[in-house]
Amino acid sequence: MKYADIVHRCFRCGYCKFTSDYTDFNCPAYRKFRFETYAPGGRMWLIRAWLNDEIKTSERFQEIIYSCATCANCVEHCVFTFSEDLVNIFIAAREELVSEGIIPPPVRDFLKNIHVNGNPYKEPANERGKWAEGTPIETYDGQEYLFYVGCVGSYDERAKKIAATVGSLLVKAGVSLGILGEKETCDGNEVRTLGESGLFQLLAEQNIESFKKHGIKKIITLDPHSFNAFKNDYPGLGGEFEVYHYTQVLAQLIRSGKIDLKEYKAKVTYHDPCYLGRHNGEYKAPREILKSIPGLELIEMERNGENAFCCGGGGGNFFTDILGGGEDSPNRIRTIEALDTGAGIIAVACPQCAKMLEDGIKAEELDDKLTVMDVAEIVMQAVS
Amino acid sequence: MSDITQSLAEIVGESYVSDQPEEAYFYARDPGLMPTHEPDYVVIPKTVEEIQKIVRLANREKIPIVPMGAGMALTGLVIPLKGGIVVDMKRMTGIIEVNENARLVIVEGGTSQGLLKSHLEKNYPKLRHSIPDSPATATIAANVMIHGQGRLSQQYGFNSDMVAGLEVVLASGEVCKIGSNSISPDWFSKGAPMPDLSGLFLGWFGATGIITKVALKLYPRKKMRDVELFITDREDLIQDMVFELTHTEMVEDINIFTQPLPMIFKDNHHMAIFFTGDTDTELEFKRKMIWDSLDRFIRSKDGGFMGVSPAMKPTLLEMPQRSVSRFADVNKGGGFEYSGPIILVEKYPECARKIKELAEKYELGYSGMARIIGRGHCMMFGFAFTFNRADPDMMDRTRKALHEVSEFSLKAGGVFWKATADEQRMALDKMDPNTRALMGMIKKNIDPNGIMNPGNWEVK
Repeated sequence: MKYADIVHRCFRCGYCKFTSDYTDFNCPAYRKFRFETYAPGGRMWLIRAWLNDEIKTSERFQEIIYSCATCANCVEHCVFTFSEDLVNIFIAAREELVSEGIIPPPVRDFLKNIHVNGNPYKEPANERGKWAEGTPIETYDGQEYLFYVGCVGSYDERAKKIAATVGSLLVKAGVSLGILGEKETCDGNEVRTLGESGLFQLLAEQNIESFKKHGIKKIITLDPHSFNAFKNDYPGLGGEFEVYHYTQVLAQLIRSGKIDLKEYKAKVTYHDPCYLGRHNGEYKAPREILKSIPGLELIEMERNGENAFCCGGGGGNFFTDILGGGEDSPNRIRTIEALDTGAGIIAVACPQCAKMLEDGIKAEELDDKLTVMDVAEIVMQAVS
Repeated sequence: MSDITQSLAEIVGESYVSDQPEEAYFYARDPGLMPTHEPDYVVIPKTVEEIQKIVRLANREKIPIVPMGAGMALTGLVIPLKGGIVVDMKRMTGIIEVNENARLVIVEGGTSQGLLKSHLEKNYPKLRHSIPDSPATATIAANVMIHGQGRLSQQYGFNSDMVAGLEVVLASGEVCKIGSNSISPDWFSKGAPMPDLSGLFLGWFGATGIITKVALKLYPRKKMRDVELFITDREDLIQDMVFELTHTEMVEDINIFTQPLPMIFKDNHHMAIFFTGDTDTELEFKRKMIWDSLDRFIRSKDGGFMGVSPAMKPTLLEMPQRSVSRFADVNKGGGFEYSGPIILVEKYPECARKIKELAEKYELGYSGMARIIGRGHCMMFGFAFTFNRADPDMMDRTRKALHEVSEFSLKAGGVFWKATADEQRMALDKMDPNTRALMGMIKKNIDPNGIMNPGNWEVK
């Protein structure tokens, strides 16, 4: 296994479980399951035991390995020099499980659907661009930017609305962009984090070839997960593109006066997506956008920025739901934390977070107190 | 699912009980070097009532029961030496009450050091507790249970001396209040002016009951905090230096460390002297008093103050010091363990020489660190060795070195802190026979079935 020479170096001191100021345990899997085995330290010790054949590839071991949301809280707070590799180690263990063919059924189904259908929803490719119908967003044909939406934004009903809002807003502000529609292929970020490195490479190479064939140089992504794959993983496979998350572009447009914002009175709290925040260090742009809206009051949750608590959807858990169910599921915990701020809106910048938190609100029966809105949806309110 | 597993699941919920190999593997060991023993079950209760039911079940079935905080003692105190049920306390993390003016807090049995620190900093900026340098996950209850020390131990003694009351689940399953809270709604004293029953639990490592609530004394938190480093190569003068420093009554904490790396540290002894103030005037006054107290050693060329670099200062001032955990991986091996006898400060030279001798004999990386307890009444001298978990030979050498430390400590007049099972046996063997008999009598009467963390403090 990759990183096998590192796993013995974990002291299991537990700093990885916390926020930087120790406000609370901040590892979503540990918060849900509460056994030390589900914390990063426990996972490290079990991986070592597994490699040494001291424990077997049981269903519980698979659950432990796949319960990691790859949120990188452990990477942020581990005190050791190998901290950067923690999530990579857990993904490497998943790769081993995949190569053994022993993985939890929801993971297997997800990977199979991507392999067979090109998306986890088992929807036909020609449905992929339908979300854009009735919007001013055109098919890519040499525009400055490719607007890459990803599987969730293309097929999920809630996320499709977010995709349409983001795309329309950017077009309205004069950004030259187009979508690939039915020619868009899964970015593979979740395929990689779930341990199917071969399939990820295939998807990445297909995308890179397609982008190059279309002459694409610059990409705006809807989903931070796509942003992460294009920015951090594709260059190693020959895919060097100028990649932006849409909040970065939107912030720049507002800064330069290309979007005129009117008053929108609302109390808003912002939930940092792990793949925009901790994985890529972008904490400012979404906040800059929200703060620029007259009348909007931005109230931070206790855990924010590099200490933000994951919604539980990362690392493929959005699809596999290993962290779902019960009052200790991360999306429910995060929803209550948002409620505690006194805000009426949870602003998000990730379609997966949007869905996770909406589910959290439903489970907590807070529909009359909290609403989830994408940052772009809030901006659209202020524009219109 | 076995009958016991089913019974435990009915108490804590199916999600919070495990009899699976993964938990058995993990909870069979701590980060130290003690032999492993697998638990039969691990449970994570949420309430005192659940703990009562678990203990009653264990008593009825004669199953060992081992309470666990973060498991950071490193000496195997939460390893279930005779199997049974490990009770992971970390779902009980409440901070029940803070009495700001009386400087008291009541926390649940699984509340971590980090959580209390964070809560006080955010809500009670004038209050602090004596935080140890164990990782922030270490729990308050476990720390007082092992007589831990922290940042305020130089001023106020062991962290267990700062306990202001306990709630304990006895081996019978009954809940017992210890201290003023037994006859008053207020938790302000663990004993005085009545008989102090806290001694039936503190230091017993869970062999007499499970602590479910702790009232802790809090102390003034000053706005500013600083550190000076005094260096000497005269280990024989450490005791005199500590005497002068503690005489000022200006010092928050004194740590003395001796280590071979970096090279310029070798053969020197570094005294980290921490102090606090609400104003620059207060801080500078204390700094001057500290400097003046050691002036004669500077004049005799036996030591001097070292400039603390901007890079070094945050590391020293951090609470808890993450660098303590980092020591485990200085050689990319992920392991360290220390034996930390409580011993008179006058024994510092012997301790400092011993750790160096053992490190050379067993070819180990080391760090010696003394924390002064009380106004120089005694110290904890940590004999810390780093090892590589992937190197069985090095792990064995570390065990041998630590065993020699144990023998040395007893001979030098020290008392084991958070004693391993072997050290407990050594201590009981050397103990005054009447004291040993009293301990045996207490244990037998309080835990007649011997279910509470068996293998610890067992008087034969």
